[in-house]
Amino acid sequence: MPEIKVTPLGAGQDVGRSCILVSIGGKNIMLDCGMHMGYNDDRRFPDFSYITQNGRLTDFLDCVIISHFHLDHCGALPYMSEMVGYDGPIYMTHPTKAICPILLEDFRKITVDKKGETNFFTSQMIKDCMKKVIPLNLHQTVQVDDELEIKAYYAGHVLGAAMVHIKVGSESVVYTGDYNMTPDRHLGAAWIDKCRPDILISESTYATTIRDSKRCRERDFLKKVHESIERGGKVLIPVFALGRAQELCILLETFWERMNLKAPIYFSTGLTEKANHYYKLFITWTNQKIRKTFVQRNMFEFKHIKAFDRSYADNPGPMVVFATPGMLHAGQSLQIFKKWAGNEKNMVNPFPEQRKLDVKMQVEYMSFSAHADAKGIMQLIRMAEPRNMLLVHGEAAKMEFLKGKIEQEFNCYMPANGETTSVITNPSVPVDMSLNLLKREMALGGPLPDPKKPRAMHGTLIMKENSLKLVSSEQALKELGLNEHQLRFTCRVQLQDPHSDSDTLHRIYTHLKSLLKDYTIQHLPDGTVMVESIVIKVSSSAEDANSKVLLLSWSYQDEDLGSYLSSLLKKGLPT
Amino acid sequence: MKLYCLSGHPTLPCNVLKFKSTTIMLDCGLDTTSVLNFLPLPLVHSPRLSKLPGWISKDGAINLEKVKGDERQFMIHSQMANCLQLPELELLDLSTIDVILISNYHCMMALPYITEHTGFTGTVYATEPTLQIGRLLMEELVNFMERVPKAQSATCWKNKEIQRLLPGPLKDAVDVWTWKRCYSMQEVNSALSKVQLVGYSQKVELFGAVQVSPLSSGYSLGSSNWIIQSHHEKVSYVSGSSLLTTHPQPMDQSSLKNSDVLILTGLTQMPTANPDGMLGEFCSNLAMTIRAGGNVLVPCYSSGVIYDLLECLYQFIESANLGTTPFYFISPVANSSLEFSQIFAEWLCHNKQTKVYLPEPPFPHAELIQTNKLKHYPSIHGDFSSEFRQPCVVFTGHPSLRFGDVVHFMELWGKSSLNTVIFTEPDFSYLDALAPYQPLAMKCVYCPIDTRLNFHQVSKLLKEVQPLHVVCPEQYTQPPVTQSHRADLMLELQPPPMPYRRCSVLNLPFRRRYERVYILPELANSLVPSEVKPGISVATVSAVLQSKDNKHTLQSVPKPPPAPPSKKRKRVIEEPPVTLAHKPLLSGAVPLEAFLATLQKHGITEVKVEETADGHILHLQAEDTLIQLEEDGTHIVCDNNEPLRATLRDLVLRFLQKL
Repeated sequence: MPEIKVTPLGAGQDVGRSCILVSIGGKNIMLDCGMHMGYNDDRRFPDFSYITQNGRLTDFLDCVIISHFHLDHCGALPYMSEMVGYDGPIYMTHPTKAICPILLEDFRKITVDKKGETNFFTSQMIKDCMKKVIPLNLHQTVQVDDELEIKAYYAGHVLGAAMVHIKVGSESVVYTGDYNMTPDRHLGAAWIDKCRPDILISESTYATTIRDSKRCRERDFLKKVHESIERGGKVLIPVFALGRAQELCILLETFWERMNLKAPIYFSTGLTEKANHYYKLFITWTNQKIRKTFVQRNMFEFKHIKAFDRSYADNPGPMVVFATPGMLHAGQSLQIFKKWAGNEKNMVNPFPEQRKLDVKMQVEYMSFSAHADAKGIMQLIRMAEPRNMLLVHGEAAKMEFLKGKIEQEFNCYMPANGETTSVITNPSVPVDMSLNLLKREMALGGPLPDPKKPRAMHGTLIMKENSLKLVSSEQALKELGLNEHQLRFTCRVQLQDPHSDSDTLHRIYTHLKSLLKDYTIQHLPDGTVMVESIVIKVSSSAEDANSKVLLLSWSYQDEDLGSYLSSLLKKGLPT
Repeated sequence: MKLYCLSGHPTLPCNVLKFKSTTIMLDCGLDTTSVLNFLPLPLVHSPRLSKLPGWISKDGAINLEKVKGDERQFMIHSQMANCLQLPELELLDLSTIDVILISNYHCMMALPYITEHTGFTGTVYATEPTLQIGRLLMEELVNFMERVPKAQSATCWKNKEIQRLLPGPLKDAVDVWTWKRCYSMQEVNSALSKVQLVGYSQKVELFGAVQVSPLSSGYSLGSSNWIIQSHHEKVSYVSGSSLLTTHPQPMDQSSLKNSDVLILTGLTQMPTANPDGMLGEFCSNLAMTIRAGGNVLVPCYSSGVIYDLLECLYQFIESANLGTTPFYFISPVANSSLEFSQIFAEWLCHNKQTKVYLPEPPFPHAELIQTNKLKHYPSIHGDFSSEFRQPCVVFTGHPSLRFGDVVHFMELWGKSSLNTVIFTEPDFSYLDALAPYQPLAMKCVYCPIDTRLNFHQVSKLLKEVQPLHVVCPEQYTQPPVTQSHRADLMLELQPPPMPYRRCSVLNLPFRRRYERVYILPELANSLVPSEVKPGISVATVSAVLQSKDNKHTLQSVPKPPPAPPSKKRKRVIEEPPVTLAHKPLLSGAVPLEAFLATLQKHGITEVKVEETADGHILHLQAEDTLIQLEEDGTHIVCDNNEPLRATLRDLVLRFLQKL
């Protein structure tokens, strides 16, 4: 029985180091290759020794697909390809290909330069790794090899995030990566067509949540920022994930414009600034509104938001500062934080090291991450109509809840890391049917088939090398150069019937006619009765004119009917 | 399978393919050369044009004020109502078209005529750059046509009797009564709302019967060739394609392989002009004119080759000492065109993609704009008039020189021999374009840049992809009229290509023999294959055929439900069989010795064998039964012993193959 196997090496009942192995139709695919934010040891990366204990991964994987540029989805890629060893194709979208190496380099700098770790991938390794990347366009069907094809769909979440449909023959799997079913200020909503995959592998970060409307959270956020600014306070907003920074920038920019606020907004130079350029050049990946108006005004050219300089921290008066991860480690933002923490007018939103300091400023936690909630996951299920569901990228307890809901409809799995889920698929077998036979059948079947009386068609399937051809039996004989073998039966039946031969024949005819309503029965002038292609003749014995001999003759193809008729006629004719 | 050819223009095609019950339109190009029969539409009143004398017939009986000109040529002086010659719209019912496939933004300009007011209810497929830039080009055309003062339109000359008497090209213009006015922006928007976006190599299913897929064609941003195929038939539609490395993604050639039919259109219109050489000439003429203190006018479309011209100039400006010369790009869509060009990274060549990864704008005109070397304006009115400095270089449309801002510059600069007009677009004969401006003092340079495939490239391509049949416009099957000795400027193929012209209907040589059907797993598992020859197995299939949405599946024949126990008295006679089990055809022969041995095993020992001309007759004496064994037949004669007959039947069947 053909089956599809799914094994998470990371993100199985967990968030972080997403890495899922899929075996489908003899092909092995790695979906994402991420790092875990929570660990600094070996657990930081997926356990690639699961694939092979010794040597490179190239022989064991047909391709690697990266869903988006967040490090928990691509952070282990240079380690996997350059240090463990993989030379096959790596697929990702253009924006991911553009931004991913920058985040990897940033990650490397923090780990090696700041934390002083050795035995980590180098800048050159990132470059070499990126050379193996083949860019994917949305909806493009990419033929990895003759049998394996992949197709990317828009996933929302961050710039360039994609869901991917993997297909071998008539078996298929969809991997969502991280996705968002509601459009936000700069991205559109995820979309997929009704591709009916055998398995839908979905993230489940917000498996139990049905989040209140985004508008409310935004209003809340703006209100708090505004209040703080009104008080003359300073607001520090650490944004960890690239993409969210842009979302919040657009939010504040439009708010500032509407409210005609003057307080300066700063973001750290470097990453965010650079990222804004990518957003400008990849505007086709943003939402419709931004795309439509970009000629008049590019949403990512901010009027109120300027690059930050460390001297600005001492400026009097209110201000808003976006801090990115690099900035947090640089100690620079820690400085800002220390400077501002003593004043309860100020606000941070949120900050991880708060407990070490005497914090008087207000700390607010607000989530703006763009993941699908329970409702969104169900929406995606309705779109794709999968046969089975598999949850990853979430907490076990929350997954369990969603699994329960999904299992009311179909199978749902949630394997832990290193645990394999097998799903038996039952693919249909594609064959090439002779057009003559097909047209004949369709013509006979009529425009509307009768569900109560299905019409059976008959043919011969010829299996030769890799081809499967379905033709009529006659054509099969001809094509294979075989002779037909006629098998015939002849049967004599004794009958007492005091009539002339021709009358007896006629009596047989009327008898059969009244009995066999659905069959063609003919009384031929040459003294025979034909039932379909069965021949019946009558002769009387020389001794007794009333004793008749019926001669029945039929071919093997009429066996059932012939056998029936011979036993029927043996019982005599009704008087 | 049929091909209806609605346009005879080889680079602005419009064909309709009927393929497996789908009706697919391939492109809808608009041939605008008909506007050359008209006098230019100046943005401001031109005394010169209105003072031209009207045409008077030889006998003086007919005096047409609107047909103006001098001894050289007469043209129609009117607003350009009904000036466009459309593809043939009467050859088939346009409301039956299921889909329209667009190959590039130059080949969709007639779209509103097809999709609006015809009952069209289908879908248009195009890539995103094709849609966005196509929209800009249509917007520009509408804008050019609508912004000039509305003069009275001329129709008299279209009278057949009068047209016959007219001089020059006017007399020979065909179907002038069918010429249409330009569409409105509202019609453009409505037409484009029917476009569904596709990406390269995306497989689009049409009604389950046909799959279409666009391939990169290398000619312009988002330009595509199309594959139209089912499981067993493949048609390739090759429209404007290029193998030169300019800005678009390279052409995908290998996917065109194994086509049954390849429809070939959109080859270069300048088979003897080398694009690189032309580009060099363009630059040197431009520099020469500027150094001499003259102005340069470049009539062009607002997207396409202009990106390459600007890139070339970007590299050339410094070395040629043109750093201070202003470059102006004037078009209602100039800004949009420049902006849009920067956001289609996915559709660009590898070099440009690499720049986007940096991240830098892929085209250097961003830098030209930033450094104020290149300025763009929606028209000559407004800011331009105050910021305009000479000598300068102006890029503007329309390349026919009949409408758009270019008319103004021709009037302004035409009288000075210091100035130069450089033609780069290959769509119009530059002499015809210049006719209404004669006599002209300004220099005219013709360096048409057409990057599409030339005959040499296309024959190499066809050798590689090896289509069974090639269909092409008739122009490609003979050398150009002006160069009739150049046998290398035509397609020579074996078998020869099937030529078409406007209004042709071709029967494409196709023999469909098979259709893909799917056997459901339950049925597939129940099949019993048997080997009939080494490596060849057969299995008899009895199944129910289900056809839905042009997809066919075979599933097991459901077993009839067990008959409900009849409460009636048992009938004396059995019911006749309602459904007869299908019996397969048989093949092979029954070998005598082996058969006798088998009979013996079943207790039939007394067998008398008699040899006949064709085989043997076996007489089972104890049972009084005859079996006639022949090479291609077996006959069992058995009376009154149904169990025996059944046994013998099964024994014979053991030796035969079932099909």
